[in-house]
Amino acid sequence: MSTPLLQLEKVTIRFGGLTAVSELNLQIGQNELTGLIGPNGAGKTTVFNLITGVYQPTAGTITFSGAATARQKSFQLTKRGIARTFQNIRLFPSMNVFDNVRTALQLHRDHGVRNALWRGRSFSNAEKEVETQVMELLEIFNLGRMREEPAKSLPYGDQRRLEIVRALATKPKLLLLDEPAAGMNPTEKGELTKLIRFIKEKFQIAVLLVEHDMQVVMGICERIAVLDYGVKIAEGTAAEVRSNPKVIEAYLGEETKPG
Amino acid sequence: MFQSRPRTFLLAALALSAVLGGIQGRMDSYYVDVLIRIGINITLAVSLNLINGHTGQFSLGHAGFMAVGAYTAAAMTMFAGPHVLPANAPMLLSMLWFLISLMAGGLVAAAAGVFVGAPSLRLKGDYLAIVTLGFGQIISVIFRNIPSLGGALGLNNLPAFTNLFWVFATATITVYVISTMVNSTYGRGFLATHDDEVAAEAMGINTTRYKIVAFVIGAFFAGIAGGLFGHFNLTINPKGFDFNRSIEIVVMVIVGGMGNTAGVIVAAALLTLLPEGLRTLAGMSDSLRWIGGMRPLLYSILLICLMLLRPQGLFSWRRGSSKAAI
Repeated sequence: MSTPLLQLEKVTIRFGGLTAVSELNLQIGQNELTGLIGPNGAGKTTVFNLITGVYQPTAGTITFSGAATARQKSFQLTKRGIARTFQNIRLFPSMNVFDNVRTALQLHRDHGVRNALWRGRSFSNAEKEVETQVMELLEIFNLGRMREEPAKSLPYGDQRRLEIVRALATKPKLLLLDEPAAGMNPTEKGELTKLIRFIKEKFQIAVLLVEHDMQVVMGICERIAVLDYGVKIAEGTAAEVRSNPKVIEAYLGEETKPG
Repeated sequence: MFQSRPRTFLLAALALSAVLGGIQGRMDSYYVDVLIRIGINITLAVSLNLINGHTGQFSLGHAGFMAVGAYTAAAMTMFAGPHVLPANAPMLLSMLWFLISLMAGGLVAAAAGVFVGAPSLRLKGDYLAIVTLGFGQIISVIFRNIPSLGGALGLNNLPAFTNLFWVFATATITVYVISTMVNSTYGRGFLATHDDEVAAEAMGINTTRYKIVAFVIGAFFAGIAGGLFGHFNLTINPKGFDFNRSIEIVVMVIVGGMGNTAGVIVAAALLTLLPEGLRTLAGMSDSLRWIGGMRPLLYSILLICLMLLRPQGLFSWRRGSSKAAI
C-alpha cells in the first residue's frame, strides 16, 4: 500500500481533566472515502479540529502527505490541501454565493495588493480567471443561477452544498465533511450520498465523513472507524462494523432494535 | 462609476483637488476652512472604516494614530525643516518637504498600527476596543510628557502648508486605495475575517495578517490626516487627539454604515457640517444662542436614534454583491 495521505498516530488531546480523544490511530489513503462515526460527544468533531489545526494534540503525531502538521495553523493546512465544512454551517453571511466561493479561491491566486491597486490588465485578467473558475464550480453543483443571492438566504440544503463547493475551491486533497446530512430529509440525504460519491470521483480526492446518519455512512464509506468516548472501538467495512458487538453496544444498539 | 473605471476616478478626483487648490485664494476663507475639515474627516473615517467596517475589528484609538502623524509631521517641518532646507527655500521645495513630512507621519503612525495591531489580535470585540482605547490614552499621555514637543501645551505656530489640494488629494488616494483593495479577490479576505474568523482560517485565509494589514493601512492614512490637520490648525496639543476625537470618527463610520465607503464619505461630510450649521443658527439671534451648545447632545441623540432605527447605518444598502458598493 502506498503511503497514506493522512496518518494519525496515537493522537491524544486533553482539555483539563477530560481526555477527549485518546491514542487514536487512523489512516486515510489517497482518494479514499472514510467514515468516522460515534455517539454524541464521542470526539468526532474534536478529531476534525485536530486534523485541521484548530487544536494541537497533547500527544501523538499527525502526518499529512508526508509531513507533520504540528504547530501549523488552520490556514496553512488548508494551503497544504485539507479543506473542511462545519457541523453548523459557517458560510460568510454578508457575502453572496459568488463571493463565498471567490474568497476560498484566493488562496491559490497571488495577484495580491499591488495588482489590485494598479488595476491594470493583468489584474482584470486574473479577476476574470477567478470568475470563470468560480462559475465552473458553481455550475457543477447547480448553484450558478444563484450567484448574486446572499449566502444566508439560500435554502438549507443549498447552503450545505455551497459550503462544500467553497471547501472544494481551496483545491483540497482531503475533504472533511462534518455531519453534512444533519437536518436533511430522506430525499436530500439520498442526493447528498450521490453528491459525495460524485465529488470523490470528479475531483479525485479523499473524503473523511463524520456522520450521525447510518444510512449515509453505511451506504458510501469504504471504511468506517467508530469512536466512543474518544477511543476507537472498531474499524472496517460497513458490514464488519455493523456486526461488531462493541459497536452495537455503544451505538447501533438502539437503532437496530425493531420498532 | 468607481467600480468600472477606478483609475479614471482617481485622476478625475485628483484633478478636481488641484482645481480646488488653485481657486482656494478666491474663496471665502470660512468655506475653505469647512471644506478642509470635511476632507480630513473623510480621510479619517474611510481609513477607520477599513478597520472597523470591512475587517470587523473595533478600534477606538484612531485619534491616537492621528496624533502620532500630526506630531511627527510637525516635528519634521518645524524642527528638521530649517536644518534641511536652505533659508528662503522656494515654494516648491518646501511643498516637497511637507509631502515628505506627511509621509513620515503616516509611516510612523503605521508602525504604531503594527504595535497596536499585533498584540491585540487575540482579542475580539469589546476587549480589542479597550486595548485601542488604552492606546489612544497612552499616546496622549506620552505627548503630554515630552517637553521638547511642548508638553501639555503642544506645538504652536506650525507652518500653514495644508490647503485644499493636499487635503482632497489625500482623501482621494485614501478612498482609492481602500476601495480597490477591498474590491478584489484579495480584499474578500477582509470581509471574510469580518464575517467568520474560524471559517476564514479554514478557507486558507491568514486572518492575522489581514487584521494587521487593516490596522497598518488605517493607521497610515490617519497619520497623514493628522499631519494635514496640524498644518491647517497651526497648533496641536494632546487634548485635541483624545477619546472624544476617536469617538467622532467612529460615529461617522457608524452613521455611514460599516463597510460602506460611499456612505461613510457622505456621513463624514454631514457630521462636519452639523456643528457649523448649529453655529450659524446660534449666531442668527440671541434667542437661538443656546443651540450652539447642543452639539454633544445632538450627537448622542443621533446615535441613539440610529442604533434603534437603522443599526446598519443611514446610507447602508446590501453589501456583498460581487459588484459591491464602494
